[in-house]
Amino acid sequence: MSEDILSMIKENVIQGRKTQGDIGIDESLSGTPGVLELTEQALKEDISPESIIKQALTAGMQVVGEKFSTKEYFIPDMLASADAVGAAMDILKPLLEGSQIETKGKFVIATVKGDIHDIGKNIVAILLKGAGYDVNDMGTDVPEDRIVTVIREENPDYLGLSALLTTTMTEMGVIIKSLEENSLRDKVRVLIGGAAVSDDYAREIGADAFCADGFQAIKVLETFETS
Amino acid sequence: MPREGILVNNPLERISREQVQQIHDASIEILKDPGLLCFNRKAAEIFKTNGAEVKAVTGSETACWHVKIPERLVAEALDSTPKTVKLGARNPDNTLVMKGDEPRVFFITGSETNIWLDVDFPTYASKSDPSREIKLPEFHPRRGTVANLCDSAHVCEHLETVDGYIRTVNIQDKDITEDNKDVNKFFASLNNTTKHVMSGLTSLKQLDNVVKMAELIAGGKENLKENPIISFITCLVKSPLQFVDDTTESFIEICRRGLPVVVSSAPQAGTSAPIKEAGIMAQINAEVLAGITLSQLVNKGTPVLYGSVPVRARMDTLSDSYGSVETSQYNIDCVQIARFYKIPNYSTSGVCDTKIPGQQSSIERLFSDIMVTLSGPQFLHCAFGLLDGNSVFSLLQAVLDDAHFKMIKFFLKSPRINEPELDEITRQIRDVMATPRKMFINYIRPVMRTGEISVSYPFEGDGESDDVLALAYERLQELLAKPVEHIDPDTTSEIFKEVPGLLPRLNVYEKGSKS
Repeated sequence: MSEDILSMIKENVIQGRKTQGDIGIDESLSGTPGVLELTEQALKEDISPESIIKQALTAGMQVVGEKFSTKEYFIPDMLASADAVGAAMDILKPLLEGSQIETKGKFVIATVKGDIHDIGKNIVAILLKGAGYDVNDMGTDVPEDRIVTVIREENPDYLGLSALLTTTMTEMGVIIKSLEENSLRDKVRVLIGGAAVSDDYAREIGADAFCADGFQAIKVLETFETS
Repeated sequence: MPREGILVNNPLERISREQVQQIHDASIEILKDPGLLCFNRKAAEIFKTNGAEVKAVTGSETACWHVKIPERLVAEALDSTPKTVKLGARNPDNTLVMKGDEPRVFFITGSETNIWLDVDFPTYASKSDPSREIKLPEFHPRRGTVANLCDSAHVCEHLETVDGYIRTVNIQDKDITEDNKDVNKFFASLNNTTKHVMSGLTSLKQLDNVVKMAELIAGGKENLKENPIISFITCLVKSPLQFVDDTTESFIEICRRGLPVVVSSAPQAGTSAPIKEAGIMAQINAEVLAGITLSQLVNKGTPVLYGSVPVRARMDTLSDSYGSVETSQYNIDCVQIARFYKIPNYSTSGVCDTKIPGQQSSIERLFSDIMVTLSGPQFLHCAFGLLDGNSVFSLLQAVLDDAHFKMIKFFLKSPRINEPELDEITRQIRDVMATPRKMFINYIRPVMRTGEISVSYPFEGDGESDDVLALAYERLQELLAKPVEHIDPDTTSEIFKEVPGLLPRLNVYEKGSKS
């Protein structure tokens, strides 16, 4: 029975169906429970959060990743699956204390002050959450002092800064400098992204990495974990 | 069900209806005076019998007649010319139905080139850093063969946007002669594609053998009439205003057999036609009208296409400049003129001046492909794979062209704007505005696999490298590896028995054949 429901969650992750109302790729699943409803049902049936994460959510995302790499899936598919996994993790996270399962790390993400562009930042946030990171999305037009406060109070592992405009990218350097002045720089790794910035610019302002997109962000984070 | 082609809504028009009428009037004047020089006795007699003013030209080394065609003959011919032309196919699903007043475009290959362009991708190492390697295309031109023609028809069978096939390469094998070229080029084409096959004739003596072959494949004389799996193209008029002896003779015999035929004229603005637009238009129209008139005088009701291949001369060499902007203008004008007569138009695009696949070839051909397609010709002879004018054929370029035409066809899909659609979208916008991220990504997925979203350019490389040609080459190899539905063994056997001159190696059911 538990295997049935876990395989249904896995299948719905692959289909990118967060809730009953979502349409996946297989139209025959329309109207049937999605990842959220099935996760709640699994918990009611006393299936452990660890099993749900390992056998259903992570296993499903692995298939999605394979389909993406063979170009059977596209980014909207990947995002739908990651969003479904992220929503399930929101339910499971409070239940994980004392378990062997930990998130891959805490990630604060923000579009810098003066910039309201957030499509790329949102995509990165969804992908990171789906990949197992605990994501705090601070939104757009976020001033340097608020970011410094959050870093101090939440003590995240990573900070992601996004800027689309050449006029706002300089704010990233301001934030890094402020982190240094507040003795926080060595406590958090800073990743930058957005159309205006580059590898060179990351080096210039003292960021730890430039990421062209969410997939590169996940790869960069994996290298940090193994280093 | 016949092939759909692509229907052009609101076709592009460069000239007004009044200007089309003015061109028509000027062409009628030209046909009356100076008329045409006719080097074919049969045609001269046909025109004379039907009331044209025909006078032998004295002092000419070859027999020649001066033919002045009255407006009445042209009007009667335009009246009796079919306004819908059906081009059949071995696979009936590949039938093309062309209506002269409907701007539904079908994309067809051609013309016949002498040179076949092979390509490979040798690896080069950097002089400063030998560990850095790069693969670059190397092109090798050589004379075309019948095996190449088979490969070309085979690939075009699998290229989605190719609606019909005009032979792309002149077969120049040692055992190909004037007496067996036609049967072999038609058989090589028909045996490797189930789409419509059109070709010119090298020798009139081969016409009946070619027709016999088509009858055997179609299932008899009547079936061939019903499903004309082959058609012909003839350049009976040499610009300016001259009926050529041999092609006119072939044209007359094709008309007598009632098979579809293109009346084609290919004047060059600046040399064989006036450089000004009004001039080349009035002349090409006169030339095509003269051919159409002859077709109807020979056999009333012969299905003909209004064939226009106007081109501007290059100023540096006085050769054809297919890549020039004016060439597209001329072609669009001709599409409008043919539509004025409600006769399906055979138009030209995609021919380019460059000699190898690459950026210039894509720019030149895409410009004319887009512009001429938008004008809505029925039969767009769009030069799949052609390079260096119409001298070189490259399968790699044909694969690239297929991608171009997929984009053009997608662009021409009917707009999807209606009340139910807008109601649904309004609901969608309200839903999304109520979410924190305000993104429409979830709504992409239901339409992502239905064909409603255009696909990315298929030969896009990873990163910043330009891998277009290498990726297109991979695609070409995939297409060559796909099977082809050949003519069945019994019919093949009958064809080889009944039709003389076929090369035994083209029989795919015989051991040692090469196809």
